[in-house]
Amino acid sequence: MNLQTQNSNIAVMDADSHLEARNIHVWFKERHVLSDVSLHFPTNSVTALIGPSGCGKSTFIRTLNRMHELIPGAGLAGSVYLDNEDIYAAGVDPVTIRLRVGMVFQKPNPFPTMTIKGNVLAGLRLSNRRTRDEDELVESCLNRASLWNEVKDRLDAPAGSLSGGQQQRLCIARSLALAPEVLLMDEPCSALDPGSTRRIEETIRELSSDMTVVIVTHNMQQAQRVSDQTAFFLAEEGQPGHVVEFGSTDNLFSSPNDPRTEDYVNGRFG
Amino acid sequence: MNTRQVAKGDRAFFAVSTAAAFFTMSLVFAVLIFLSIRSWKTFSEQGLAFITGSTWDATSTPGTFQILPMLVGTLVVSILGLIIAVPTSVAVAYFIEYMAPPKVAKIATSLIDLLAALPSVVIGLWGLYVLIPHAVTWSKLLSTHLGFIPFFRTDFDNAQGAPFIAGWTVAIMIIPIITSVSREVMGRVDKELVSAASALGGTNFSTMRRVVLPTAKSGILGGILLGLGRALGETVAIFFVLNLVFETNWYRVLEPKGGNVASLIVSKFAEATATEISALMAAGVVLFVLTLIVNMIATSIVQRAERKMAS
Repeated sequence: MNLQTQNSNIAVMDADSHLEARNIHVWFKERHVLSDVSLHFPTNSVTALIGPSGCGKSTFIRTLNRMHELIPGAGLAGSVYLDNEDIYAAGVDPVTIRLRVGMVFQKPNPFPTMTIKGNVLAGLRLSNRRTRDEDELVESCLNRASLWNEVKDRLDAPAGSLSGGQQQRLCIARSLALAPEVLLMDEPCSALDPGSTRRIEETIRELSSDMTVVIVTHNMQQAQRVSDQTAFFLAEEGQPGHVVEFGSTDNLFSSPNDPRTEDYVNGRFG
Repeated sequence: MNTRQVAKGDRAFFAVSTAAAFFTMSLVFAVLIFLSIRSWKTFSEQGLAFITGSTWDATSTPGTFQILPMLVGTLVVSILGLIIAVPTSVAVAYFIEYMAPPKVAKIATSLIDLLAALPSVVIGLWGLYVLIPHAVTWSKLLSTHLGFIPFFRTDFDNAQGAPFIAGWTVAIMIIPIITSVSREVMGRVDKELVSAASALGGTNFSTMRRVVLPTAKSGILGGILLGLGRALGETVAIFFVLNLVFETNWYRVLEPKGGNVASLIVSKFAEATATEISALMAAGVVLFVLTLIVNMIATSIVQRAERKMAS
């Protein structure tokens, strides 16, 4: 898939948003850690969230699938719309949101007590759902996460027997089994070697043909390789994190509007 | 401090800890040897019938001493205690570790620790005066409506002193141990796995069942067996609430028949003749060995589970 043509197909500011965050503020107890973040994620786009450590990127993506509220002392203001429905509206079950908005974590975290196959099916079991053909689902999810060929002969082996990169792809396959519309990825490659990183980036590009992806990354090259649009987060001395600049990845990296963005993408700090 | 002094201090510490370890081990053996010597007469006279027979007669000479009904009672009461205590403890542990707000968790933890510190005589008295009147009502309900299940059939109109009530008493005594061990091992489950389960649409219950329990199961099993150890040996509390009737009561838990080994020893000891004391010592040996076997099985299960998890 050609990144260039895909970018030109997406009018970043005017697109019909699949997922949209409006005026998000986050507190941990008394501490205000994220201020007034508004971002929109068009259908089947890949959005990279970049910025130095501690600027609230990971905190932000956890507000998009209601994982944020599981942290004791976490507070939130603002709203998040998924297909124009407020996911924080009264009466919305967070579990149904998490089924539609999947998540891959920084550290590969397959369930060690389950087999490779068991991990792929874990979401179904956890959410008490069934599928007509489990084997077919396992194969298609592992295929999409480009892990099938490596594990097809040992689906009943424990997940812990895989390498780090394979474990992360297993975690991607595990999320795909629930057929989410959105996939959130929190620095999915930070614990992996360059080879595994490249394979996961390929997987992300492939997934974006039918899925909206939001990826937090520290790696500026990665942001440029995989994303259509990029948001630059920053937490200045004593201030809560906020979005300095948000736009198409090409523009943000080649001609940033804000001098702080320019300094960051050129590696002058961070 | 120079290296030599450190080494000296280190050696002294090593010696003290080794001595303490040996002292503990030899204490166990000393108790076993003492009991064996004092009970030898009974074992040689009664033979295997001591644990397979059902007669306790100290009035004739040389007397018949057999403890099968008491052994059965010990097992029945302990198993009943586990049936009640295990689900409760696991649920409470999960609530404290994963569901309760931090303040509530803190209070609940200290309350459960407090429960563990209650002397068993207090629980026994509580069982006698508070639990029994209620339990009698429940057991009547059980026998009236579920009497077709063999466990709940009874030929008595009152369950006072039945294993059912002793089981509840024992459950209350072992809930704190099982809860605190379970809570600790559940707390050691990688929080990332719990997050992953939530992100995959897991509810509290499904996360506990599919992720937390399978990961923590060997530790929880250890806690359960610790609880079983206490239940087998529990004396005072059971002495208050359980009838001592020398009849083997395998499963009719609402009938006030049976007893347990520990309460047999307590209730007979004060007025026992020399021969009977030897028999009670022998009962002590049997209880000791039973507990030892439970612990050995426990250790091997836990080790196997751990090996499986490590591979």
